[in-house]
Amino acid sequence: MRRLKQFYLGFMLAFMYAPIALLIVYSFNASKSRANWTGFTFDWYIALINDPEISKALYNTLTIAVLSSAISAVIGTAAAVGADAMRGIKKSLIMAVTNIPVVNPDIVTGVSLMILYIAVFRFFPGLKLGYGTLLLSHVAFNTSYIILSVLPKLRQMDDNLYEAALDLGATPAAGFFKVILPEILPGIVTGALLAFTMSLDDFVVSFFTTGSGVSNLSILIYSMARRGVNPKINALSTIMFVVVLLLLYIINRTDTTKKKLKNL
Amino acid sequence: MATPYLIWAFVFIIIPIILIVYYSLSVETDNGLVFSWNNYARAFEPTYLRVMWRSILLALICTIICVLAGYPAAYIMASEEYSSKGFLLFLFLAPMWMNFLLRTYSWIAILENNGVINTVLKAIGLPALKLLYVDRAVVLGMVYNFLPFMILPVYTVLKKMDRQLIEAAQDLGASNRLVFINLILPLSMPGVISGVTMVFMPAVTTFIISSLLGGGQYMLIGNLIERQFLKVNDWHFGSAVSVILIALVIVSTAIFSMADKGGEGGALF
Repeated sequence: MRRLKQFYLGFMLAFMYAPIALLIVYSFNASKSRANWTGFTFDWYIALINDPEISKALYNTLTIAVLSSAISAVIGTAAAVGADAMRGIKKSLIMAVTNIPVVNPDIVTGVSLMILYIAVFRFFPGLKLGYGTLLLSHVAFNTSYIILSVLPKLRQMDDNLYEAALDLGATPAAGFFKVILPEILPGIVTGALLAFTMSLDDFVVSFFTTGSGVSNLSILIYSMARRGVNPKINALSTIMFVVVLLLLYIINRTDTTKKKLKNL
Repeated sequence: MATPYLIWAFVFIIIPIILIVYYSLSVETDNGLVFSWNNYARAFEPTYLRVMWRSILLALICTIICVLAGYPAAYIMASEEYSSKGFLLFLFLAPMWMNFLLRTYSWIAILENNGVINTVLKAIGLPALKLLYVDRAVVLGMVYNFLPFMILPVYTVLKKMDRQLIEAAQDLGASNRLVFINLILPLSMPGVISGVTMVFMPAVTTFIISSLLGGGQYMLIGNLIERQFLKVNDWHFGSAVSVILIALVIVSTAIFSMADKGGEGGALF
């Protein structure tokens, strides 16, 4: 039975990792086809680094992820503070609206935003789909994740703290920055990290709301993959996989060091 | 404080949905846009009904495979002998952090005509198989991408389960099989149902997996919507299909949450 369990887990893990391992191996294959191994090479990595299309897509992906998570952190935090003070039907309404981008199928979010932009462009003929609409769309779906991760922190907070600060003469702004913000900061950071990864990984919404000439990594991978297997994508996958593993390792390490420090 | 967000949400959440409903209920004529149910009538023609049916069927098959393959994996990892091996769960979840498109793309290299499997088959003298651009490839891609969504909630529920209940049942003479069927399985149903929801929803709405691993003419609801908006340029029909997809998601969420309540009631008595 023990053996069977080990075998089963091993089999499932092989299923999860075989495709990734294969991409990594073939990213070093000199031959362009996958049918045979013709020798070890770094050529695809060099081609990858020298590909202007890929570096542009990487630039778009990273800047949009940073900007959209920062902008939605500001809007979302303000919204969460406002929503927390609301009661009754107003609150349920704002929560229902906030949940729409989370539960709506991506493809519907994508096409509905595209319709919105095109409708607006009728009144402003100079505008086009592109970087701007891509960024707006990412903020549109990211804000919900910020609100949903900040609200629980606000609920845990003692409302009297803020009242006390005001009674002691703090302006509402000072009360917010000195009392509320430090309390809810972990929620904002979690939300912003989540928003950052959602933005990095997004394909569907970006696909419908970007214009010609502007693409992120996902869109580029999609258009390359539709043309069949491409060794440059293999190299890109390998780099992304290694980066993800490193990041996860670092996050885990800092988590455990924090726990150790707490135990001291 | 919420005012900027309210304006934002109105423009970027409410108006897009109103627009999609508006488009779905209108058609273009020589006199501009006119109210019409035609787009919905068209969506229920046999050709498109078949597309919807195929989407639901493939998503269901994927969900069933994920339950059958994911439950035992979660069960083994949550069991006592594996309780100290938390990194195993991490290994199952780590691929989720890799780009979704890359994970799907990796299967092209395995399944294509001169891909890995066919190269091996040819090497041992067997005929090559058509593995890519067929239904099975799409289901495989779905299972591969969404399996962690099943393992995680089932694992969490099993891990939190009160072990004393199991010991009590064993003390009272229940066999392992009986304990599993009458105790563990019903108690883990909430995890299975949230896993089913988390697998079925992305599977039924996907268009990436089917357009990368499925055949050219082969279409799921997602591909149908994409084509209407980007290739055929019939936004009215595309919007109608989108509204139907939203309805499908709402109905299946309702069914799953009803099943959840039923499961909990059954577990209590």
